[in-house]
Parts: sequence; C-alpha cells; structure tokens
Amino acid sequence: MQDVASTAAPAAAEDAGKKTTIGSYLKANLREYGLLLALLIVMASFQIMTGGILMKPLNITNLVLQNSYIVIMAIGMLLVIVAGHIDLSVGSIVGFIGALAAVLMVSWEVPVFISVIVCLLAGVAIGAMQGYWVAYHKIPPFIVTLAGMLVFRGLTLALLQGQSIGPFPVAFQRLSSGFIPDILPIGGMHGLTLLLGAAISLYLVYANFRNRIAQSRIAAPDEPMTVFLFKNALILVAINYFTWLMAGYRGLPNVLIVMALLIAIYSFITGRTTIGRRIYALGGNEKAAKLSGVNTERLSFLTFANMGLLAALAGLVFAARLNSASPKAGVAFELDVIAAVFIGGASMSGGVGTVVGAVIGAFLMGVMNNGMSIMSVGIDYQQVIKGLVLLAAVIFDVYNKKKGG
Amino acid sequence: MNAILEMRSITKTFPGVKALADVNLTVERGEIHALVGENGAGKSTLMKVLSGVYPHHQYDGDIFYNGELQKFAKISDSEAKGIIIIHQELALVPLLSIAENIFLGNETATKGVIDWHEAHSRATELLRKVGLNENSATLIDNIGVGKQQLVEIAKALSKEVELLILDEPTSSLNENDSEALLELLLEFRRQGITSILISHKLNEVAKVADTITVLRDGMTVSTFPCDHGPEIENKIIKDMVGRELTNRFPPRDVEIGDTVFEVKNWNVYHHIYSDRHLIRDVNLNLRAGEIVGIAGLMGAGRTELAMSIFGRSYGQKISGEVQLKGQQVDVSTIRKAVDRGLAYVTEDRKEYGLVLENTIKNNLTLANLDGVAKGSVLDDNEERQVSREYIDKLNIRCSSMLQEVVNLSGGNQQKVVLGKWLYSNPEVLILDEPTRGIDVNAKYEIYTIINELAAQGRGIVFISSEMPELLGMCDRIYVMNEGRMAGELPAAEASQEKIMRMILKNDG
Repeated sequence: MQDVASTAAPAAAEDAGKKTTIGSYLKANLREYGLLLALLIVMASFQIMTGGILMKPLNITNLVLQNSYIVIMAIGMLLVIVAGHIDLSVGSIVGFIGALAAVLMVSWEVPVFISVIVCLLAGVAIGAMQGYWVAYHKIPPFIVTLAGMLVFRGLTLALLQGQSIGPFPVAFQRLSSGFIPDILPIGGMHGLTLLLGAAISLYLVYANFRNRIAQSRIAAPDEPMTVFLFKNALILVAINYFTWLMAGYRGLPNVLIVMALLIAIYSFITGRTTIGRRIYALGGNEKAAKLSGVNTERLSFLTFANMGLLAALAGLVFAARLNSASPKAGVAFELDVIAAVFIGGASMSGGVGTVVGAVIGAFLMGVMNNGMSIMSVGIDYQQVIKGLVLLAAVIFDVYNKKKGG
Repeated sequence: MNAILEMRSITKTFPGVKALADVNLTVERGEIHALVGENGAGKSTLMKVLSGVYPHHQYDGDIFYNGELQKFAKISDSEAKGIIIIHQELALVPLLSIAENIFLGNETATKGVIDWHEAHSRATELLRKVGLNENSATLIDNIGVGKQQLVEIAKALSKEVELLILDEPTSSLNENDSEALLELLLEFRRQGITSILISHKLNEVAKVADTITVLRDGMTVSTFPCDHGPEIENKIIKDMVGRELTNRFPPRDVEIGDTVFEVKNWNVYHHIYSDRHLIRDVNLNLRAGEIVGIAGLMGAGRTELAMSIFGRSYGQKISGEVQLKGQQVDVSTIRKAVDRGLAYVTEDRKEYGLVLENTIKNNLTLANLDGVAKGSVLDDNEERQVSREYIDKLNIRCSSMLQEVVNLSGGNQQKVVLGKWLYSNPEVLILDEPTRGIDVNAKYEIYTIINELAAQGRGIVFISSEMPELLGMCDRIYVMNEGRMAGELPAAEASQEKIMRMILKNDG
C-alpha cells in the first residue's frame, strides 16, 4: 500500500514575485560570497600579522608557484567529486609521472616536448584505468584509487630505484620557474603583465555586463544591481592590484598562465556545456540522470581520465619546480587537494561545487600555509589549524544547508 | 465484548494533503480486525498514527488503548504498551542471525554483555511458537521471504505483544507461506492476541477476519462483522470503490488515430535473480491520441514492464519487440529510447525523476540538453526561455526558475518531471503513478496536462493503482496480474468491480 506521507513534500516556499533584496540574496548565496570573503579576511590578517611580507611581490609569486600543482589537481578533483566519486591516487600519480619524466628526459635524453606528451598520455591512461573499474564495474572509487595510490607509489620507487634523479633540461624547468617575456617595460615594471591584467579584468567585466543584459531581456536578473556592481569593481581592483604586484617582481610566472587557462576552460565546461551539466546531474542523482538518457558510465569514466591528465600535468609542474624527481614527491598531496575542494564548497555526496570555489579553497589553504610559515608557526600547528579550517568549512556548509532546506 | 483499541476522529494532514479525516476505528479484544482500502486510502497512515511514528501532537483525535487515553511520542512508547507493527518492508538486518534480529534493540544482556545462551534458547522457543523450523543462528540472508516474515512475528512476540498489526504481510509470500501465516494468526487469536490485518487480498480477509473496516480517501466508510460468506468480498469491493466520479476529471475530446506504439511478446526476468520470470509474454498497443491505462496491484509488474521497455532500465534477459508507427525500433538504451520518442515518468520522482538539489531550470532541460545548446555549449538565455515557457505552461508554482526542486511541493515537483519529458517532445509517454502523493487540485491540473498531450496526438500509457483515476482518464484499460496481462477492457465497459475481479480471479 502506498502511503501518502512518504511522498508528500514539504510545503513550497511560495514567495513568488517577491523582489530579491541585497540581504536575502547574499544570504541565499552565503557559501560563494562567504568563501571569497574568508580568503580576503585571511589575506588581510596575515598581511597585518606578517608586517606586510605576505603581499610582497616576491612572496606573492612564491605563493602562486607553491600552490600551482595543488590548484591544477583541485580542478580535476572538483569534477570527480561533483560526479560523486573520490580519487586518492593523485599524490602517487604526481610522484610516478615526475619519475617517468626524469627517466625519459634525464636518463634516456628523450626530447622535452616528446617526454611531456608521453607523460600526459600516461596520466590519461592511469586515470582511464581507474575510471574503467569505477564506471563500468561499479567498484567503489575509494578502493580503486586507494589501490592506485599504493601501486603508483610503488612504481615510483621502482622507476627511481629509491634515488632522486635530476637535474632536468632547462627548457623543462621553465614550465615552473619561467616567467612570461617582458616585451614592453613600463616605468621599470613588467609591462606585459600590467597589460594582461588590465585586458583580462576588462574582458571579465564586459562579459558579466553582456550576460546581465541578455538575462534581463527574459526576466529580472536574480542578482541585485548593487551586488553586481560591487562584484565587478572587486574583479577590476583585485586583478589589477595583483598584476601590479607581480609586475614589480618578474611578471607573471608561466605556470600561472597555465593555471588561468585551466580555470577558464574548466569553468566554462562545468558552467556552460552539456557535459558539465550532465556531470552535476550525475552527482546529484545518478538514477534520475540515467533515466533522463545521460550516459552516466561514460561521464564517470571521463572524469577519472581527466583527473589522470591533470595529475600528470601537476606531476610535471612539481618535478620542474624541484628540478628533480624524488621517490617522496607528491606524498599526501591527495589530502590537500581533496581538502581544497571541500573547503571550496563541494558536497561529499556529489552534485555540488564549482571550479572557482575549489581554486579559492586551494589558495585559502596556500595563504594560510605561507602566512604561518612566515610567522614561523611550526609545521605541527600548521597541520592542526588546516585541519580545523577544513572541519569548520564543512560544518558551516551542513549547518547552512539545514537552515536553508 | 470490550474494546482493546478505540481511535476517535483521527485527522492527519500533510502539507497540501488531508491523509485522514475523522477516522474512527474500534478493535475488540481478541479479534482479527481487517483494514482494507485502495492504495492511498490512509491505512498505513492510520497505523503510523497508532504506533507513534507520528507523535500525538501531529494529529487530531484521541487514541484509547485498554480504556486509557494514550499520547505516544515515539514507537517505543506504543511498543511498551504491547502494540507491535510489522511493516510491509521487513525491518531485518540481513547479515545478522535470526536470534540477533529477534532481540535487536532488546538484547538479552546484563550491563551490556549479551548472554548468547539465553538469547538462542529464547529464540528457539519463539521460533517454535511461530512454527519456523530453522536454527536461530542462521543468517537472515539465507532464509526466504516467507520465513523472514515469521522471524518478524517472532520478534514481535518477544516483546509481549498484545495488539499485533500486520501491514500487507502476505504481499510477497507464495501461497503456502501465506496459508501458514494466516493459520498462525488464527492460532494467536486462540491465545488471546488481538490482530489488525491490512491486506489487499480479499480472499484472505474474508477467510480470517472477524470484523472488517473499509477506508476510502482517508475516511471510514464502514465497519461490519465478517460472516465468511460468499457475498462478503463483493460487499468489501463495493465499499472500497463506491465513490462518485463527477468532476474529478477534466473533460476531453477524443480523436484517436493510428497505432503508434506496440509491444509484442515482452518477457523480462528479475534484475538480480535471473530465474525469476517477472513479465511473461506481454502484448500491448497504443494509438495516437489514446490514453491506455494499466491497472493492477502492487507487485503486478507494471513498473518493471514500463522500465524494461524504456531503454532496458530494469531487468535482464529481456526479449520481445517494440514497434513505433509500425516500424520495429531499437530501444535498448535509454538514450536510444529517448531519441526514438519514448518518455517514462517514474513512479518515484524523488529517487528516479529529479535531481533534487538542482534548480527547476536544470531539471527541466536535463532530458533534452541538446535542445538548449549550440554544439555542446549551453545557451543560457535559450535555456531560461524554455524554462520560463514550461513553468508557465504547466503552472509550476515557484519563486524563481533557480529554486531548487527539493523545496517544491509534491504536485509541483511532479510537474517539473512532466515538463522535463514534454521538452524532449516524445511520441509516447509512459506515466507511472503520475499523481501519487499529490493533492486533489494538483491532480486535476496533471490530468488536464495529460489530456492536452493526448489531444496533440501523442500516445499515453497511464499506470495507476487508483482505479477511479484510470476509469476517469483512460480510453482503454489493461489489467495486469503477476507479470501477465489478465485482461483488457474498453473504459466504457470497465468498472472497478470488473477490474478487481479480473485481478482477483487468478490471485491465490
């Protein structure tokens, strides 16, 4: 017998037609704005506590370089977690790909370009293998990637025979330690950096305005005008301030350009393409997505293959930065990456999360690492504080959701 | 005689739905009292009120048990008074033993240390009482459903039961097990245990009940003694279904065209147990503009039939043929089925129909994302326009198209599911219990939408357990029972009694 109660939903929030106020809008989107606000507050506090060292051009550059591989992997991990899975093997893949690159470039003297391609393909193959078991055989991803974590750590040791291999060819090192060329210096500063900053920020603001106008042709936009203007002003100021800082040192690092491109591409994929939308549906309710004609197996498979690709890229960036491949490379990276994604607002059960959130989450952790190191907080208490931040972020999410739901 | 239980004018409402309205139920001590009614009549809700699943401030009315007013706040309160309910879905832990299950939450322990000797000897005693010849150390997983049902009853007996409530106890049992269970109920009556039996199987009710109460639409229709005579089933059926059908369904102009959809010799086996033949040689046809109903009880195989046709989303070893407009088509995956013009609106919208934490907009376009994309890039504005159109067309009440569907009422959620499939522009819609759990007004709106869809020349398969709905909406009705088509009736000739008889005539 069917019981009426079990399917009767809670009464709808029937506040149709009510105009969204700034307060109610911010409240409804507390998570996104809260995260950005948290990052700003953390940066401001460390700026004060470190006596201005945090925002020094050299330190900002270091901050970017130190966190680049975490950010790159957080983007891939975001997709995996949104699809409702997890990947524990990424730290080991970083180590393995670094080792592979060292063997190819240093031991066998394979040209840099070919080595990089081989390494990226190896990453895709590793991700695809793990994805195959998860997607087509329903083996829990926790188990599959835990196995992968052990296997590829072991293979890293085997490849390197327990020793570090280096140094890498100079061309390869430039992936991490290089900066974009300064073709038109402006007043002693890195001109191209300033120009890129201005161009990108203006384009973002332009795109926002264009979107809003298109939206308002159909219905009143949900975001209040004040919030919208403030957001765009913040984009202009933040990006230009940032590039101005960087221009005072050696300009934008190459790896930052790579990161920016990845963020742009993956934000586009998750937000604007059918495949992105289907991944969210898959993570939100796999059965409903499947019954709506979504090829859920293939999507799961692809998110893992993509994770493998990005983990391989991160492995190359990390190896280039250290200028050697070591058996210990990438140990426990998966934990930082996963923490970044969850701090960035993704849901453990899948279906929720954004690329930008994951990136901000990664930088939030990075800024705290960096700031605490400058203040010479020991590695012991750094870990404690990071752990508490992760816990607090997720508690905030769960609490926030209960209140809203 | 004296009453062990009196429930007086019980009223229970859910947001937008009145599940029980002034229901009275009096159960005499030592009798077997049958509670019958259609799906959704309020039987389970009434029992949940009685057992404290809905605490006393969540309903109106009084419960007198053994002459005292009771205010149960939770299930353990009612259990402490000897009221034990055995639900349709068994609540046993598969990987624990029979004895462990019987004493789960009520262990034979002192200071947290379990006395296994005591547990097994008491369990063996209880198993003997219910006539189950199994070792008490056997895992639940290793015994059949019939025996599991007996373990549930043994568990109830371990708690000093005075009033035993059984919700559809025989729905998943075969004939022998059902027979044994009914015998057991009669044995309990001799021992002075009172039982409330909820059942769809009227022959069983007629056989063992002393008194029968019929519920319909959340109200008590009648209570009468059971004389076990030949006329008793007819009387029950009449009371169960006897309602006026005026104005509950919107009028429609029928203009039926050629056959659009045909299923031939369809066979499906259980998705795990490959030897369980669930759907046997089913044939079905549907014409353009026609609404064809499928009636049947729970477990008749209607959902399994629909899902196996829709991209083989259920079952294994599926065989048979699907034709669309006279052409045999390949609908072996969901994508292919959708592309050929099939749509399936699930009976369980939360589990299978909606991505609850996504917005209305994202849910509406999910089955036809390519329609709002150029290449594989979504056109946000196009998508918003489409969403706006369907929200207006289906009258989905929401604050914005960006509202998460989890916050909508049941009726509006159902409209979102319908909207999703309308946007995929199907030739044939299979609607599985499309009005389950939603209120009368939303039902009317959904009926209107269904009629419009048929008027546009689409074929509609309408699966429902509510017979008045089938009679009011359909042109033709198939009756399914135990995986077979038990019959087919033009709606004009159909009546609830006829359908019920078709179902019951080959029912144990």
